[in-house]
Amino acid sequence: MDKETLVSYIPLYRDALLLTLKIGWQGILFSFVIGLIGAAITHFKVKVLKTIVGIYIELFRNTPLLVQLFFIYFALPKVGVKITAEACGVLGLGLLGGAYMIETFRSGLESIPIIQTESSYSLGMSKLQTFWYIILPQAVSISVPGLLANVIFLLKETSVFSTISLMDLMFTAKDLIGMYAKTIECLFLLVVFYLIMLLPVSIIGALIERRLRYAGFGD
Amino acid sequence: MSELLKVTHLHKEFGKNVVLKDINLTVKKGEVVVIIGPSGCGKSTFLRCLNGLEELQDGVITVDGLPVEANKREITKLRQKIGMVFQSYELFPHMSVLDNIILAPLKVQRRNKEEAVREATELLDKVGLLDKKDYFPRQLSGGQKQRVAIVRALLMHPDILLFDEVTAALDPEMVHEVLETMLALARSGSTMLIVTHEMAFAKAVADRIVFIDKGEIVEETTDVADFFKEPSTPRAKKFLSTFTYE
Repeated sequence: MDKETLVSYIPLYRDALLLTLKIGWQGILFSFVIGLIGAAITHFKVKVLKTIVGIYIELFRNTPLLVQLFFIYFALPKVGVKITAEACGVLGLGLLGGAYMIETFRSGLESIPIIQTESSYSLGMSKLQTFWYIILPQAVSISVPGLLANVIFLLKETSVFSTISLMDLMFTAKDLIGMYAKTIECLFLLVVFYLIMLLPVSIIGALIERRLRYAGFGD
Repeated sequence: MSELLKVTHLHKEFGKNVVLKDINLTVKKGEVVVIIGPSGCGKSTFLRCLNGLEELQDGVITVDGLPVEANKREITKLRQKIGMVFQSYELFPHMSVLDNIILAPLKVQRRNKEEAVREATELLDKVGLLDKKDYFPRQLSGGQKQRVAIVRALLMHPDILLFDEVTAALDPEMVHEVLETMLALARSGSTMLIVTHEMAFAKAVADRIVFIDKGEIVEETTDVADFFKEPSTPRAKKFLSTFTYE
């Protein structure tokens, strides 16, 4: 490997990493919002909306992100909806992630024994108050491992952004290889930069999980 | 004394399984009624009906003249009048003891925080748990948790307190501390409806005994001492005999 080439490429990869992170975190934030709202709808068994959430989950979990992105980026403009590549990335990642987040939150909500709800009701708390103060906080802390797995999964999925010409890590690597054919250096940097992005998430995640385990609710 | 709780012709079934049939019961203000009966006789379901956790197939329950109906908006108002303590405590594990106690007074009754904390502190002191106010439920023993649960119900100033086998999950040496707390409550004039298997306690605390078997009230009496000496129905006699080893 050529050290000089590596060093000279680093700024390009750094910019790509920042872009990946920017879109990634916006998309993930978006997916959290969808996840919470969707899980609340399923939890309260809201008529009609509950069915829509179900269809949404199946639709986005059972199609590849690549197809979803193509749909948003190329098909929507045909019907008059114009969208920038970046917004498309955020939207695609958010919608895909949302489907996974709903399922993760939902399993957390379901794991709280029904008698906790009854105990809250018996104090005169309303359904909404019970959800907000009693069930959700417990469910979220139980969901943390699953949520972190989703975050890592989504950050890795950003690699398909290159197909809609977003200059993310994957795009940068492919571009450089195409221009200068320094394949080994480019791929090496690609792996290193993905690790730079994801290892901290994994490590922080493991720390949070351990704290939660030691804090361990329940009796 | 005025009627606080009135149950008429209560009928409850789960599918085809009839759990409670034609239950009639009136509880006056300040009265302590103890419900006993074999496991699965419907006593716990009865308590759950009383604060709207179960839907009725027939019959009417009123508290202070207001009907208890599950799935109605008014039920949250009514439940504030009816405190309930569960066998498994059901404290909220993610909140400190103090937060467990003041949550509903603050959020439901919109009480002043200082005032709620002051009263919570007094009550915790009364049950000997003031030093545990910042602990989390998992750091407490079963008996302590149950006393916190009782304080939590009390802080809502309910008109009537329901106790659903509150000592059944406790180690024997912890049963006593919880029963002491309940006895003190009874003596202070609280209206209580207690489901229990602690016969000695029932005898000490009850103004009236209600014996339920197979979903119906078999025997009901205010002659508590006589009931335990010589119940008038054979079913009650048979049930009480299971507590002795002669």
